[in-house]
Amino acid sequence: MKFSAWQQSYANKRSSSFRASSGPLDSSSDGSIKSASAIFWLILHGLCCLISLVLGFRFSRLVFFLLFSSPAANIYTAPFRSASELAQTLTLYSTPASTNIELPAANRTAGITASPNSRVVVGRHGIRIRPWPHPNPVEVMQAHRIIERVQKEQRLQFGVKHPRTVIVVTPTYVRTFQALHLTGVMHSLMNVPYDLVWIVVEAGGATNETASIIAKSGLRTFHVGFRQRMPNLWAERHRLEARMRLHALRIVREKKLDGIVMFADDSNMHSMELFDEIQNVKWVGALSVGILAHSSQTGEESSASVIPKEDEENRAVPVQGPACNSSNQLVGWHTFNSLPYVGKSATYIGDREIVLPRKLEWAGFVLNSQLLWKDAEDRPEWVKDLDTLDHADEDVETPLSLLKDVSLVEPLGSCGRQIMLWWLRVEARADSKFPPGWIIDPPLEITVPSKRTPWPDAPPELPSNEKAVTGVQEHTLKHSSKTQTSRSKRSSRSKRKHDPKTVELQLPGRHSEN
Amino acid sequence: MKGWKWGFVGLLYAAFVLRIGAVEQGRTQPTERISGSAGDVLEDDPVGRLKVFVYELPSKYNKKILQKDPRCLTHMFAAEIFMHRFLLSSPVRTLNPEEADWFYTPVYTTCDLTPNGLPLPFKSPRMMRSAIQLISSNWPYWNRTEGADHFFVVPHDFAACFHYQEEKAIERGILTLLQCATLVQTFGQQNHVCLKEGSIIVPPYAPPQKMQTHLIPEKTPRSIFVYFRGLFYDVGNDPEGGYYARGARAAVWENFKDNPLFDISTEHPTTYYEDMQRAVFCLCPLGWAPWSPRLVEAVIFGCIPVIIADDIVLPFADAIPWEEIGVFIAEKDVPDLDTILTSIPLDVILRKQRLLANPSMKQAMLFPQPAQPGDAFHQVLNGLARKLPHDKNIYLKPGERILNWTAGPVGDLKPW
Repeated sequence: MKFSAWQQSYANKRSSSFRASSGPLDSSSDGSIKSASAIFWLILHGLCCLISLVLGFRFSRLVFFLLFSSPAANIYTAPFRSASELAQTLTLYSTPASTNIELPAANRTAGITASPNSRVVVGRHGIRIRPWPHPNPVEVMQAHRIIERVQKEQRLQFGVKHPRTVIVVTPTYVRTFQALHLTGVMHSLMNVPYDLVWIVVEAGGATNETASIIAKSGLRTFHVGFRQRMPNLWAERHRLEARMRLHALRIVREKKLDGIVMFADDSNMHSMELFDEIQNVKWVGALSVGILAHSSQTGEESSASVIPKEDEENRAVPVQGPACNSSNQLVGWHTFNSLPYVGKSATYIGDREIVLPRKLEWAGFVLNSQLLWKDAEDRPEWVKDLDTLDHADEDVETPLSLLKDVSLVEPLGSCGRQIMLWWLRVEARADSKFPPGWIIDPPLEITVPSKRTPWPDAPPELPSNEKAVTGVQEHTLKHSSKTQTSRSKRSSRSKRKHDPKTVELQLPGRHSEN
Repeated sequence: MKGWKWGFVGLLYAAFVLRIGAVEQGRTQPTERISGSAGDVLEDDPVGRLKVFVYELPSKYNKKILQKDPRCLTHMFAAEIFMHRFLLSSPVRTLNPEEADWFYTPVYTTCDLTPNGLPLPFKSPRMMRSAIQLISSNWPYWNRTEGADHFFVVPHDFAACFHYQEEKAIERGILTLLQCATLVQTFGQQNHVCLKEGSIIVPPYAPPQKMQTHLIPEKTPRSIFVYFRGLFYDVGNDPEGGYYARGARAAVWENFKDNPLFDISTEHPTTYYEDMQRAVFCLCPLGWAPWSPRLVEAVIFGCIPVIIADDIVLPFADAIPWEEIGVFIAEKDVPDLDTILTSIPLDVILRKQRLLANPSMKQAMLFPQPAQPGDAFHQVLNGLARKLPHDKNIYLKPGERILNWTAGPVGDLKPW
């Protein structure tokens, strides 16, 4: 009956705690239990349990172990800390003499060896913790080197076998958001693991502003100026950008650059997988571009009114790119559905309305640079020469104008199912000013505070003959539309797009006009 | 002069053929040939080298047990069931016991499961004993050798000791009736009572289909340095620590819980298999028993196994050179695990990864349904074939007896 009870308790957990396993069940091998000794051990065991309850650790085992272990056994207490407080950290190494430590039936503690000459002992072991269990920075660096080497090996084996140079064409011009956009593209390009050539075409001529931004990249760059200035209307801007890109392609042809040409507009967002994927192109490839058509109005009302109700599924990011049939052949193109936005789209740069992309953006195409060379022998006959486009009267909207047969374009990114780059146009108004080079020089002077402060209960005005500390203590505030009219009086200062107010931070209070 | 030339050519040819570390340009990754102490035997074909006779036991020993609890097909002890199924339809099976080299007894001793799914070993000795009594009385082949040319699959924690607690298992020892037979088991620890000399160690069962569905592209960069998911303290059975895993898992936690290189925790993420494929090292520490399915998973997913179990004997140790594939850490060295792992030279790590990428290595760890060449079933048969021919003195003279049929705990003698 004891056995079945024992089995029941096992049925609940994998094995019950070792307390239950002890006791008269492990008694002497002949199976008979002498009642006096059994009661004695029971009482002793109960006493030990009570003491353990009070002390907080398994006292009984310790006592029995110390009392009954043979002197040949070695006991380690230092230098290991244990998880519990007291001398529970006992590491027992068996010696051939103490193969089987004879213990009373009540508790079996550590000491049952597997067999002579075995290093491994059954029973409680100490939990070894080294004196300072924290990472060693030298080892961490070495581990990172190991990881890098493993990843390099992976790239060698599973990545692109013969990577070609990536030739990136970026049209840009000096404006408020240029630093933001161009730095983003630059950092993406700096992370590309392949050889890279960056052709930056700047509208309005090459300036030091742009040069200083791209100089930080460390990439091989061609910074080219384009004589015409960037117009203010979006439609004309798109046209000019196309001509700037063609100008860059001509540079590729003149210098006979070899590689894959991709078009990275400076406000677009590129993922690293994109650069791996375009290595697969043979002549002309097409990618899916996620269109982030953005309006600077607060989202809900504007988009809800613009998107018709039946287009519920189009609320996901719209995508431009190749369309394939089930056998992964190019059958058409997904373009941006601009019908809902007719009449409501932005016309000039900095307009609050949604900025719409063209039907197909240049960014979604990649070309083998050998298509552009003057006298490439192996150029396929379905590709026109670049010179023919120079004399065309109508505008070149996409690189597809370079092809006689559009159906030979290769769809990339598992036939356009993967979106690896996103198109976005966020610009400030053309008249927004910003500090050149984003350096505030000379330091700003203190000017007369504005008429109306955002804080109604501000303390009275303080003397204004202290100079503000440059830059560091400058505090820009978001303005509300109410104060815009008052700000328009301040025309002598440099303004940001949203006309921040410069407030001294040396004084805890705020100015207010009388 | 001609002799010299031919000798030179022969030498060159021999050098090419016998080169052990030859790098093959595989389809996906260069791999290296694996040859263990028994030689280059992972790809051997056992068909034709041995014959196995499968005893027809009444279904209460196998089919009925499985019907009662079909969970036995998916837990880590399922190898015994799949081995039976494989042998029934394998070309090494013979229906003529007179020409058989090996005899197999299909008895599912690890299929008595608790509601949680853990097998109870209490009836297993009786079941095994009853099966042996049956075959010894119905066929003459057991008595001929007292089981020396018979093999049994005992995949439980401590194999034929039939208990999950190590102390109890050592006390019981191997079932007396199996003293002469060959055991196919997952447990392996040197100088341990429950590891009989000549046993064939197999990996625990891991579901091959499930692992296939979780494969990620091989070019996903490996960015985790050390990965482990599992218990560090078995709070239910060993709340203070020190018993479970001989304190090794607790030591791993205490020393490395704030180390960013070690991605270790007790969570059960759904991306467990995917994470292993993104790790360079996978810890395979002992638990209550030294073996674990983590070794199989690490090999399949190309993660270098870090084995923390003193004196462990790994599966197919004579066919697979585990020292060259995994990293072995003594339990006393666990606090220095980070130092040890970061001081492994880079070329050694890359070589281990190449060896792991060898498809025959991965195949040898699996029990696929239906069986494929080079898988664990075939490695077991290869192991059995390597033990042939049987020694002449296993055949007993008539009337000679070695085994004591009444030895063992009293409870074992009750009929099943």
